Amino acid sequence: MTLFPRTVNETTSRELRKTFRNPSEIFYPLIFFVLVLTMFPFAIPPVPGLFNSIASGILWTAALLAISLSLETLFKADYRSGALEVIHLSGADLVLVGVGKSLGHWIISGLPIALLAFPIGWALDLNFLTLWVLVLTLMLGSATMSLTGASISALTVGLRGGGFLLVMLTLPFFVPLLIFGSSAATNASLGIVPEAELYFLGGMFVLSLTVAPWATAHAIRIRLG
Amino acid sequence: MMNFLHKYASLQNFYFLSLRLSRWLVLPFVFTLVYGLIGALWIAPQDYQQGESFRIMYVHVPSAWLSMFVYMNMIGAAVFTLIWRVKLSEIVLRACAPLGAIFTFLALVTGSIWGKPMWGTWWVWDARLTSELLLLFIYFGIIALFHAIEDRRMAAKACALLTLVGAVNIPIIHYSVQWWSTLHQGPTVSKIGAPSIHLDMLIPLIVMSIAFTLYFIIMCLARIRIGIREYDKNSNWVKNLVTSTLQKGHN
Repeated sequence: MTLFPRTVNETTSRELRKTFRNPSEIFYPLIFFVLVLTMFPFAIPPVPGLFNSIASGILWTAALLAISLSLETLFKADYRSGALEVIHLSGADLVLVGVGKSLGHWIISGLPIALLAFPIGWALDLNFLTLWVLVLTLMLGSATMSLTGASISALTVGLRGGGFLLVMLTLPFFVPLLIFGSSAATNASLGIVPEAELYFLGGMFVLSLTVAPWATAHAIRIRLG
Repeated sequence: MMNFLHKYASLQNFYFLSLRLSRWLVLPFVFTLVYGLIGALWIAPQDYQQGESFRIMYVHVPSAWLSMFVYMNMIGAAVFTLIWRVKLSEIVLRACAPLGAIFTFLALVTGSIWGKPMWGTWWVWDARLTSELLLLFIYFGIIALFHAIEDRRMAAKACALLTLVGAVNIPIIHYSVQWWSTLHQGPTVSKIGAPSIHLDMLIPLIVMSIAFTLYFIIMCLARIRIGIREYDKNSNWVKNLVTSTLQKGHN
């Protein structure tokens, strides 16, 4: 497979191998995602149709939280075991390592969450267009989150209060994704094809792909001193 | 450029330069503050719609201006930290962050006090308010990162990177929030006196903004001096400085 540079391929496949050796970890973000969704019907008044009308926003929020939390694991194990240091010393291009890490993270957390949103949304009576838009925006949005979040994850790796700190730092930056993602789904539920929002999310993805890996590489260098 | 940097970015030189600079700035600060307050509280006429309560503008607008200005300063300091590795800029970055957070907080609080009689509510999910709130969270994040990393220099570099990530994202956040709020509700903020503002109102506003900016510079310099003393605490000149101050105190 020569779709990506070698460093990206190897980093991604290493991420995947690492995760599949301990497969229970794949389910943590997914279960968290479903659990957050399950909490909402208990919290809101049982007005018929209310949950359905805000479902796409809640799906997006839950996905945002699950992905933000899962970003913590991106560099943690490698930092603890010293593998990150070895990768750094091996002279590998850290920018490509950042791309590979983000891609691996997206395959493990963003993609399954986006796919899982389909049956959940279906169970919540969302129409077909909304479901497709929801999956598509979640895919694009979570890829952007994996890329941007990787840089902040690298900055906060191994710090006190790591998880909270990471979520606190990433969430303000994810607000535009949330705005456009959930409004795309809301528009779709009204029967409007949300081209503008999809273009915006696509643009954000391209922007983060071109900028974020450099930030990630620099963050790794800073944290390794 | 590099010569200039070496001369003034040396911590010792800058310490004494900043002392002199602060002394020079105190007088203009007091003058602009007094003049601005007199202008704001007496000279400026009542607003024909908002009565006296619009006068909180003279605290609110300068705070909001500074909440952006401080961040712009931090971007500059971050660039110097990451590219030229200037020690002084690391200290500047650390000194700026809490000040920025305070001004942002002040802008939100005064805005909400202003909003209560004008809009009848403390808080509206309006574009400006929301992006200002997110800016506050970004400041909190930067401060938290400073405190989380023990090594001073590494913390400064990490925060510099975070500041730049924020710099890319803040305009995007601002415009997407604007887009979102126009989608949700009509415009609730009508700018005071729409396109034109009476000169008697405008001049105190400008003077107050200058006063606030001078206050920020003086405070920032003071915080930078503390930072320099902490960075260089093992050097001879700081030791001499401290002992000479102590001796002066005893005499």
